[in-house]
Amino acid sequence: MKEFALIFRVPQDLTFDITPADMQERMTNWMNWMGSIAAKDKLVSSGNRLGVQGSKWVGSDKMVFDGPYTEVKEFINGYIIVRAASVDEAVEFAKGCPLVVGGVGKVEVRPLVTAENND
Amino acid sequence: MDHQNLIPHLYRQEYSKMVSLICSRFGIDQIDAAEDIVSETFLSAAETWGLKGVPDNPVGWLYKVARNNALNGLKHDRIFRQRVRGELIQRNPGSIQPEMEIDLSPQNITDSQLQMLFAVCHPSIPVEAQVSLALRVLCGFSIDEIAQALLTTKANINKRLYRAKEKLRSENIQLSFPDKTSLAARLDTVLITLYLLFNEGYYSASPDKILRKDLCLEAMRLVYMLTGYHGTTDETATTHPDVYSLLALMCFQASRFDARINSAGDLVLYEQQDSSLWDTGLINQGNNFFVKACDTPILSRYHLEAAIAWWHTHQGDSREKWENILLLYNRRLLLEYSPIAALNRAYAFARVYGKEKAIPEAESLQLTGNLFYHSLLGELYTGVDSAKATDHFEKALALAETPAEKAVLSEKRNACQKT
Repeated sequence: MKEFALIFRVPQDLTFDITPADMQERMTNWMNWMGSIAAKDKLVSSGNRLGVQGSKWVGSDKMVFDGPYTEVKEFINGYIIVRAASVDEAVEFAKGCPLVVGGVGKVEVRPLVTAENND
Repeated sequence: MDHQNLIPHLYRQEYSKMVSLICSRFGIDQIDAAEDIVSETFLSAAETWGLKGVPDNPVGWLYKVARNNALNGLKHDRIFRQRVRGELIQRNPGSIQPEMEIDLSPQNITDSQLQMLFAVCHPSIPVEAQVSLALRVLCGFSIDEIAQALLTTKANINKRLYRAKEKLRSENIQLSFPDKTSLAARLDTVLITLYLLFNEGYYSASPDKILRKDLCLEAMRLVYMLTGYHGTTDETATTHPDVYSLLALMCFQASRFDARINSAGDLVLYEQQDSSLWDTGLINQGNNFFVKACDTPILSRYHLEAAIAWWHTHQGDSREKWENILLLYNRRLLLEYSPIAALNRAYAFARVYGKEKAIPEAESLQLTGNLFYHSLLGELYTGVDSAKATDHFEKALALAETPAEKAVLSEKRNACQKT
């Protein structure tokens, strides 16, 4: 078993203007998706959601900018870590992510570098 | 109550207190001697009360006789004389009176039992030995009863008890309250053992319903005991929110005890239970404990499981009920994996989104050696694909061990073949 980070990328102009009912549905979808991975004993870490307000980024010239890094018109808003036999299995998990199912964003699948797995 | 009924009653009620008291006075390495002394005390009670009648204060009589037996017995014990007494004199010269006393105050009785609970649930003792030892010295169960409740042989229980007591001695475990730095971890082990003890009673396939209920009530009594110890500061109190949430969970579960086993001793599934048999008194107590449990920002698995159990105390089926149960199972699994939680989650998923969507969820769990995995899939395939349903019920039947489980599964298999 290897470990993979599933990194959530959402477009910069993602609207936050949603109703409480949407919010409820969104939360249910996320909990069902993560619960489904955890139910298979494949969730290593629930990771973290990354905020937008109050975030900064620092350029190589030590210039400081407001907001998350959005060079490619999208930013990272969180990640989880899963356990999978292969990258294909991790990709299957990613396909069930509410961001992908809802057509809202993308999921980047990256193997964790460990002592055993350091290609 | 005549003396024939009174003695077994008092035995169950006082045995553990008396053993704990003697151990707290003479050290836990004297646990075998303490058990013998208490058993002898009850034997002489049976003889004396049979001949002369029950004394006015039978409990007082027992403690007096046990104390005398302990002081005489252990005073003349060679090990005691050479080692323990010598050490006590060294440590505290002048404190040893010719007649040593045992503090029989209610506070000391409760404290010794709680300290015994921490000693029995010491992390160095394997958890199944902890359960047997707890049943023996904290609940006053006989070896026979423990073997029956845990569906194993007396020889096995004796082996577990022997090993557990060896550990108590070899690890030099003391009867004391854990200090503030180790309390959280030690309390955690205690709660895991008590939760297991409760489940042994609740889910046990033992045909003895009264014994099983006793097991549940004893587990609840011990958790309740923890809510009474406030320590010297908040950091040494055993009134942690997890203690209250576990107690709430147990109350909610136990409220269905009479409804889930019928008069023939067969298991009645949740959907078919007569909810008028649910114990509303226990549900209310559970609610009170749960309110206390929620005075914390950190929700443990016991909080989530208590919340799930709370929803189960609500009759009928609403979408809201099953949506909440599913959400709680999701959160429970995010904390820590458990195969039973995973299977229950798949069931809740079916109740919210329907059987067809739940089947792939359930199948992806791949718990093929698990009885409940197959009975769940049998359930989900019933009315969808009766060949697959039959196949899963057959596999579950092959894994079932007790007549009660087999009866439920055969009935389901036969029913799905008719559809």
